[in-house]
Amino acid sequence: MSADPRALRGSAAIVGVAESDRLGKLPNVSALQLHMEAAHNALADAGLRKSDVDAVFTSGRNMANDVPEYLGIRPRFVGGTQVGGCSFILHVEHAMAAIHAGLCEVALITHGESGASRIAMPAPRWGDDSTNVQFEQVWGTAGPPTGYGFLATRHMHQYGTTKEQMAEVAVATRKWAALNPKAFARDPLTIADVLGSRLISWPFNLLDCCLVTDAGGAAVVTSAERARDLPKRPVYVLGTGESVTHQMVSQMPNFDRWDAAEASGARAFAMAGVSRAAIDVAEFYDAFTITPILALEALGFCQRGEGGPFVSGQRTAPGGDFPMNTNGGGLSYTHTGMYGIFTIIEAVRQLRGECGERQVPGATTAICHGTGGVWSAAATMIVSTET
Amino acid sequence: MSTTYSGPIPKPTPETRPFWEAAKQRRLVIQACDDCGLRYFYPRPLCPGCLSRRVRWIDASGRAVLHTFVINHRPPRNYPLPAPIVIGMVQLEEGPRMISHIVGVAADPAALRCDMPLEVVFEDITDEITLPKFQPRASA
Ligand SMILES: [Zn+2]
Repeated sequence: MSADPRALRGSAAIVGVAESDRLGKLPNVSALQLHMEAAHNALADAGLRKSDVDAVFTSGRNMANDVPEYLGIRPRFVGGTQVGGCSFILHVEHAMAAIHAGLCEVALITHGESGASRIAMPAPRWGDDSTNVQFEQVWGTAGPPTGYGFLATRHMHQYGTTKEQMAEVAVATRKWAALNPKAFARDPLTIADVLGSRLISWPFNLLDCCLVTDAGGAAVVTSAERARDLPKRPVYVLGTGESVTHQMVSQMPNFDRWDAAEASGARAFAMAGVSRAAIDVAEFYDAFTITPILALEALGFCQRGEGGPFVSGQRTAPGGDFPMNTNGGGLSYTHTGMYGIFTIIEAVRQLRGECGERQVPGATTAICHGTGGVWSAAATMIVSTET
Repeated sequence: MSTTYSGPIPKPTPETRPFWEAAKQRRLVIQACDDCGLRYFYPRPLCPGCLSRRVRWIDASGRAVLHTFVINHRPPRNYPLPAPIVIGMVQLEEGPRMISHIVGVAADPAALRCDMPLEVVFEDITDEITLPKFQPRASA
């Protein structure tokens, strides 16, 4: 039996994607309702019915039980991998493997999170006997803004990366958001605005940090063969990779680079067999302005330490030569707490040519990449209109 | 003291209790593996390098460097210290890294530098729990 992951290359396709009915501040909608709305909309987009679904993938505590119950689906294959915000990109890989093995045929991946309004959300607190409280939270760490900041500070020290370069990411991303009617924050933004916003956790100002919103998202994955019979143009999964290096950020192997992403990216490119130059659109999880800078380095679009110069001069903005986070990203479009599903939704829409004003002309190949936890997990996926 | 501390208070578990007992005595201890030689933190009864059970507690020197840091202007709700707080990723001379407060220095990026030398100090937060913290080393 071969362990060559290239056997999976192009074997599955994403055939439906959608958000919940609305995104933003939704104080009258529960987290599970957001899953359900997105699932409904994604199945409609795929031209499939609920009865076609035989596998459910989702993330979050109890969610692999909750979602099938709430949607009234009895999957014969279920995936509940929870490694944080990039979990849904891993789910595509896991769905593709299960479909390839004949364990299921139509996989529904759902996400819903009442990130801002906290309606029917599980309690987030760690116990006082957890390693998190004993060895991190007792010192007043405050979740992602603390943990992501450690890499930003070290990167600035080691490579001379500047806060202005980080701000370039927020400004470019906002320009894409201005072209997306669904984006939460669409007002023009300058580098001075980012640097002048209040300090959250130095080196991050408020506008270096992602939004906090309520939203759902879903994707439908099936075999490449079945995808060809469905109404919309299939988006084939050419390469995937995943990696986990730690849970607590104090256990991160290195602070000047992102080891998990180097691993996931290398696997995805090896499976896909495409070059970096072939990528037309990049959808990178932007929990903070530093996150896509580290992703660019880890995925080999530039050398270690060159991510800051790479994003300078609005290179990732509309009209730039590296279209990145074309929906407006977690910094301006939506960020529920687990943003990964939205990278998938936007990549598929770009490759289908459905993006209106923000459409990247002639895009045929896209990369999705995400983080989970505090740089803990990474997942990478390369998709294309052709196999 | 123990009745007024409002932040998260570690509740030791069997594998971490020796660390907290030592801290109460103003000693910083880590673990070392007799099979692969790895010195590690946080406490675990099997070596995360090779899964050997032949691990023992050793005293750390208390000397460290500031590998990286953030200055937290928005500590968690009910956290007992006023913002901003300097939270360091401290690299111990023995190798392992741990999170701690950096004290005795202004909460200002101009006053802090990655790789600056540090030394451990101890602060009681309750009758049971003493935290190791780090200050700039007097004689680098
Ligand atoms: Zn060992």
